[in-house]
Amino acid sequence: MITFLVVNGLLLCIALLLLVAEHYLVTYGECSIDISGERTIKVQGGDSLLAYLNVNKLFIPSACGGKATCGFCKIKVLSGAGTILPTEEVYIDRLEKEEGMRLACQVKVKGDVEIYLPEYLLSADEFSARVEWITDVTYDIKHISLKIQDGKQITFKPGQYVQFKIPGTDEFRAYSIASPPHIKDRIELIIRQVPGGLCSTYIHKVLEKDMQVVFTGSFGDFYLQEDSTKEIIAIGGGCGMAPIRSILHSLEKIGSTRRFYYFFGARTTRDLFLDEEMKEIEKKYPNFKYIPALSEPRPEDQWDGEVGFVTQTAEKYIDEKTEKEAYLCGPPPMIDAAMRVLAKKGIKKEDIFFDKF
Amino acid sequence: MELHPLMIFVAAVFTHNIALSYLLGMCPLLAMSRNLGTAAGMGIAVIFVMVITSAVNWLLLHFVLIPTGSVIMSYLIFIIVIASVVQLLEMIVEKYFPRLQSSFGIFLPLITVNCTILAISLFMVLRSYTFMQTIFFALGSGAGWLLAISVIAAIREKLILIGDVPDGLKGAGITMVIAGIIALSFIGFSGMVSIQ
Repeated sequence: MITFLVVNGLLLCIALLLLVAEHYLVTYGECSIDISGERTIKVQGGDSLLAYLNVNKLFIPSACGGKATCGFCKIKVLSGAGTILPTEEVYIDRLEKEEGMRLACQVKVKGDVEIYLPEYLLSADEFSARVEWITDVTYDIKHISLKIQDGKQITFKPGQYVQFKIPGTDEFRAYSIASPPHIKDRIELIIRQVPGGLCSTYIHKVLEKDMQVVFTGSFGDFYLQEDSTKEIIAIGGGCGMAPIRSILHSLEKIGSTRRFYYFFGARTTRDLFLDEEMKEIEKKYPNFKYIPALSEPRPEDQWDGEVGFVTQTAEKYIDEKTEKEAYLCGPPPMIDAAMRVLAKKGIKKEDIFFDKF
Repeated sequence: MELHPLMIFVAAVFTHNIALSYLLGMCPLLAMSRNLGTAAGMGIAVIFVMVITSAVNWLLLHFVLIPTGSVIMSYLIFIIVIASVVQLLEMIVEKYFPRLQSSFGIFLPLITVNCTILAISLFMVLRSYTFMQTIFFALGSGAGWLLAISVIAAIREKLILIGDVPDGLKGAGITMVIAGIIALSFIGFSGMVSIQ
């Protein structure tokens, strides 16, 4: 009996002590967050910068839910954030450190803070959407369409991505938008099943037609240079199809005459998808050429097209006559190989845009 | 025989090193030993928390738990005391020593779940230490842990420069091998002093 009382008494004392301490010690008062000199938000200090920005409908890309494990919520903090923490140093290199880049989830707001957000982050919004349709395009890739609810519309540049919220968690995953920007009331995504991946498994195993989902967007500095007239070389594989498809449809929509070569890499015909659609576009967009390449065609594929790595195929086709612009989207080894090929063909670094995943 | 607190200190650092001879606190030892600066920061924070929690736990044990015959609940009380002392410390450091906060404040919450901290409180009960002995034991164990993690971090930093660790051993694997070799070398200290 005494033991019971003693233990409870001790626990009570400890709890009271902590409460009293918190009351007297943790007081930050009202802090202001100045955003790019354009907007100021007032908050009660104590929580992370990322949390305050989210509450105020400013959506910073973040995949891990504020645990400093994804490194996506990098923003420029001009003042008031204190020194960089060891948890951030893994994601922020020396140049970025000098610029004042920080992980928004690790910066605790304890006083007035000034930050800078690029324009595309200021215009990013949160959308709730209904799954309009969901189809298998290959054995491990799904193509889904999300109809935006509440009469909202999304604006983005072809090639940008959205952050898909995994239901029941604070986590997000980034997926490129596969539909063109003139369709504003819905978006399409192309998602490959990543073994053990939290979000792709959810989408592949759980998500069904008419379910409700939430995403934020649009984000990203990989997008079509709309003012340029240079020839386009696009190299991609797997779900790297998504941003290229968005770019392609938007060019076709405006009746562009820019030459457009699209090299699509796959292992066998099992990994090829949206083939028919690409052939359709070739008819409507005369300067567009779709060139799929298989790296390991099987006898039953009866493949008479290009064989080898997609970058080798690209090397064969690209000439050095005219100025070109390249869009690369795929796994890092493919992008690195493509960079070498493009450099050999005299394409300037500043004309190469890529999205590694 | 009454052991002199200083002897306990030396023993805790060298012959009975908490990390290398009891293999406690392995998780942060593996995770935080990538660079010397961070490792030292973590080590100092561990000493700090260890001394304070063992002192508080000793007082509670001798003035509350033993007189009321509630020693059976000491595990529970120790754990909760550790968690709340760490929280309290975090608040105090954040409020009054913002500079200290930025250098090791973020390690404090990690230390709550470090098993070495609880081990010190349990050893002090097992070995019936006096208050002074407990303080020196905690200081020594903390310093020993700091020594272990710093040595491992320094070796890992050099290892990156050489960089020919086989793929299968990279990360935790090679760190365990390093820790094992250092633990072996610490056997060289045995016989210097003995506690227990």
